[in-house]
Amino acid sequence: MKEMIRVEKLNKSFGDLHVLKDIDLTVNESDVLCLIGASGSGKSTLLRCLNFLEIKDDGIVVFEGDQIEPKTHNLNEVRQKVGMVFQHFNLFPHKTVLENVTEAPLMVKKTDKATAEKEGKALLDKVGLGDKYDVYPSKLSGGQKQRVAIARALAMKPDIMLFDEPTSALDPELVGEVLETMKDLAKEGMTMIIVTHEMGFAKEVADYTIYMHDGRIVERGSSKELFDNPKEERTKEFLSKVL
Amino acid sequence: MIVGSVFDVGTFISELLRTYPFFIKAAIITIQLTAASVFIGTGIGIIFALLKLSPMRVFRVIANTYITIIRGTPLIVQIFALFYGFSQIIMLSAFWSAALALAVHNSAYIAEIFRGAIQSIDKGQAEAGRSLGMSEGLTMRRIIMPQAMRRAVPPLGNQFIIGLKDSSLAAFVAVDELFRTAQGIAAGTYNTMETYIIVAVYYLLLVLVFTVIVNEVEKRMAKSEK
Ligand SMILES: Nc1ncnc2c1ncn2[C@@H]1O[C@H](COP(=O)(O)OP(=O)(O)O)[C@@H](O)[C@H]1O
Ligand SMILES: [Mg+2]
Repeated sequence: MKEMIRVEKLNKSFGDLHVLKDIDLTVNESDVLCLIGASGSGKSTLLRCLNFLEIKDDGIVVFEGDQIEPKTHNLNEVRQKVGMVFQHFNLFPHKTVLENVTEAPLMVKKTDKATAEKEGKALLDKVGLGDKYDVYPSKLSGGQKQRVAIARALAMKPDIMLFDEPTSALDPELVGEVLETMKDLAKEGMTMIIVTHEMGFAKEVADYTIYMHDGRIVERGSSKELFDNPKEERTKEFLSKVL
Repeated sequence: MIVGSVFDVGTFISELLRTYPFFIKAAIITIQLTAASVFIGTGIGIIFALLKLSPMRVFRVIANTYITIIRGTPLIVQIFALFYGFSQIIMLSAFWSAALALAVHNSAYIAEIFRGAIQSIDKGQAEAGRSLGMSEGLTMRRIIMPQAMRRAVPPLGNQFIIGLKDSSLAAFVAVDELFRTAQGIAAGTYNTMETYIIVAVYYLLLVLVFTVIVNEVEKRMAKSEK
């Protein structure tokens, strides 16, 4: 089992607000990890520290064996290998679906246009949007938008994918199609960290689940164990509310 | 007794027909003056908008100082300062010293327009770009700016119309644009009222044509996005 990402004693504050407290975390290649916890518990901040959209105050983040520090590493290069999918999709509204997907390969990796388009189309076919290449995002449903966002992140051929509540902004009937796409990715062996409120999905797809409360990891374990047999009082309480 | 101050329809029409060759020539200079100042002003404006949004305090201070001084002083003072001051040091024609003064003046307002437009773009757009490995500059150029440009079109169009009318102040440094041409004709014929109404009609026509162009640009941009 190859280690993909490791976090030790990570702390992060916004001003006086101590948001992440002594987070330890290891994710191996092809692991699927779900982060659950109440709103405000620090899940998004943790994900954002993993691709350096937020910079930790102290502790270490090791990615593929390298301890990444903003001073010594080119974070843009690290981020190329860490895909991210956002709750509100954040598609580029001035670009077509295909342009959304090819933008980073063309501009960052300098992939030639023919290759980028061929690969972009293949990804869009894969997420079931083979008929939407030239459409602008505003014409898509939420579920379609999120699948484009997944294809856009995959276009950089990342080693790990981070999902921050990818289905929370979707109408209930559109949640399934996005979860299906993510399930397919998991089956292919993609390493994934997913913040979600879809407990059924977490239990079924995630190898491990972590419950966070107030900036701390309260409990972690195999998903089956954590959902069927939680040990901590807080976890039990949380699960009884959401299940 | 007030000479030439009473409006006469007959004089107005005959003067309109007689003076159009002069005014058309002058209108072309007004258009050139406006185009040059708006073009250069937009360039300077974008630079100061970016400085104002810089994480580096010193850049923000420079931008704020520039914008405060330019917006806090009259355009006519800026035109005179450039014409009688700088153009003595670096050889500058009346046209270019007026164009530059207008450009600098417009740039302060345009900087604020672009700053507002850039700040109005959802933070998630920059985050999406950065999360794909795009650098800050690339994200600004490829993701934020194109969207900000679209949002800036209506207020920019408005600013360009103001710039067009403000270009009349170039008359006072002897640029033969519309207003100076009107002054010359009025002084020669004493048909003061008629002549200034004629020149007003020319300005109004230019503004209307420009408004149609801006609306068309807006429509096209809306179409490609929505
Ligand atoms: N950029 C920020 N500035 C200040 N406070 C923030 C910022 N981002 C998050 N927070 C605060 O940090 C806490 C954790 O937020 P977040 O990580 O978004 O939690 P979650 O994703 O679990 O809902 C919240 O109290 C939130 O208000
Ligand atoms: Mg969150």
